[in-house]
Amino acid sequence: MKKNNAMTGRLKIHLMFGLILVVSTSVTGADDPNTFNRLMDPPSKRNPSPMTDGIHDPNNNGTQLLQPPKEAFQQLPKGKSGNYIDWMKALQDKKINPRNDRVDTKSQPIIMDLNIVREVKGSMPDVVYPHKQHTEWLDCANCHPAIFIPQKGANQISMASILLGEKCGVCHGKVAFPVSECRRCHSKPKPTKTANKKNKSDKQAK
Amino acid sequence: MFRSSLGKISGFVVFLVLCSSVAYGEYGDVVLNKRSEAEGVRPVVFPHWFHRIRFRCKVCHTELGFEMRAGANDVTMQQIINGEFCGACHNGVIAWPTENCELCHSGKPGTKSGIYGGHETLGPGKW
Ligand code: HEC
Ligand code: HEC
Ligand code: HEC
Ligand code: HEC
Ligand code: HEC
Ligand code: HEC
Repeated sequence: MKKNNAMTGRLKIHLMFGLILVVSTSVTGADDPNTFNRLMDPPSKRNPSPMTDGIHDPNNNGTQLLQPPKEAFQQLPKGKSGNYIDWMKALQDKKINPRNDRVDTKSQPIIMDLNIVREVKGSMPDVVYPHKQHTEWLDCANCHPAIFIPQKGANQISMASILLGEKCGVCHGKVAFPVSECRRCHSKPKPTKTANKKNKSDKQAK
Repeated sequence: MFRSSLGKISGFVVFLVLCSSVAYGEYGDVVLNKRSEAEGVRPVVFPHWFHRIRFRCKVCHTELGFEMRAGANDVTMQQIINGEFCGACHNGVIAWPTENCELCHSGKPGTKSGIYGGHETLGPGKW
């Protein structure tokens, strides 16, 4: 009798475990071919912890000591893709304070406020390239002259080259926000013939 | 009988769940595995997100001379111990020292060099 109880107890645990797993996989829709957001990462797959991200070895003793990104991101402003963090906002709101120098905590970056507008043929809004945000993180030498000749219009940039990892695509789509966030680059609406409403982005772009 | 088949089922489900955990990583994670596995240690995983909270890009990509292209840097353990590349910080002063092999050499065996985490652009970094 006693043995039997223990048996059913174990059986229950097995059953529960199996059920939880089945439920958790069916919730993410792994086996339903006709779901919404079929090609989108479900939120549960975002910011995976090192123990489950598939590139760290969970059998390595050090792996469990590493910080799960979610823990660090809790207090940072959310973004739409990439790390799902708005790194620009995190910096501007002083949620993070990354050093400008390896050791000197007082060193401040030299910010250059110069927008370059790149007109886009067709209906996509024009691209505004802001030096301000970039010089917060980067040195002139990170871009000039290897990636961009420092002269307005001197560089051939196309969406195709960006997607191939050249020009803006050296960083965007790899470490900085991905190419899917079109409007962050294509931010200057085309002037329309009908109205001359003042656009917010007009005054940014000289 | 009943119990053992249930056990098999839940075992199978566990198997399925493990299978679905393919390599994805966090956006911007870089694996460095030019020499590591060939020399008998796990590949190195470098997390951009963790470091960019603490340092601006230029600290590594200008001052320390890391090329902005995965695989373009020839980094050896000897250089790191001598204070170059990762060793410029992982020296027991700015960050924990190189004795903690397993914190850097934490990659799953067989993971190739390159950037992980759902990057969208291809090019040199992908090769
Ligand atoms: C500019 C300085 C700097 C450089 C260069 C640097 N790191 Fe770090 N790293 C840090 C600091 C600071 C920490 C946090 C240390 C602490 O918690 O005390 C850290 C932490 C880490 C962590 C642990 C993250 C966690 O989850 O806790 C790993 C892994 C790591 N670094 C790997 C590397 C590798 C690999 C390289 C070289 C490719 C490298 N680092 C180069 C400064 C640096
Ligand atoms: C993230 C990359 C990046 C960084 C960092 C950067 N630039 Fe630029 N810069 C550009 C791009 C893109 C252009 C536009 C080129 C074009 O239109 O073909 C540009 C254009 C310029 C121009 C030409 C402006 C004109 O009107 O002709 C100058 C001058 C310039 N940059 C100087 C600098 C200086 C100085 C720094 C450092 C403080 C710097 N840049 C940092 C990407 C960068
Ligand atoms: C050397 C790396 C690098 C290159 C090249 C680069 N960027 Fe960026 N860019 C960054 C980083 C880092 C940020 C900070 C935000 C982030 O990481 O998501 C940023 C931010 C921006 C922002 C600011 C978004 C905001 O919310 O304020 C815009 C717009 C932008 N980039 C457009 C461009 C365009 C257009 C090009 C090509 C002409 C380009 N970038 C090339 C690294 C780069
Ligand atoms: C990192 C910044 C950035 C992002 C993000 C971005 N673009 Fe672009 N895009 C550019 C630049 C720079 C150009 C070149 C403008 C020029 O001709 O000087 C461009 C050009 C274009 C063009 C003109 C044709 C061509 O290939 O040159 C189209 C269309 C376009 N982008 C669509 C998109 C769409 C759709 C998205 C979102 C999926 C997107 N872009 C996201 C920077 C960006
Ligand atoms: C602590 C040092 C460190 C910091 C800070 C850092 N990086 Fe990196 N970065 C690296 C290392 C290490 C690599 C890998 C180099 C290799 O594989 O040889 C790398 C690689 C890259 C690559 C190449 C990716 C590819 O697929 O080819 C890009 C782009 C990049 N970093 C951009 C950035 C940007 C943008 C920032 C700031 C937001 C940044 N990095 C901050 C150390 C750093
Ligand atoms: C701060 C991060 C870090 C730590 C800590 C670290 N390594 Fe490395 N190690 C690297 C990097 C980066 C490489 C170059 C990876 C590559 O290209 O394969 C490397 C390469 C190696 C290699 C390949 C051969 C060579 O000499 O370059 C060996 C072996 C190695 N490390 C052993 C160790 C041992 C043993 C420890 C602990 C005493 C250790 N590492 C600690 C980052 C680290």
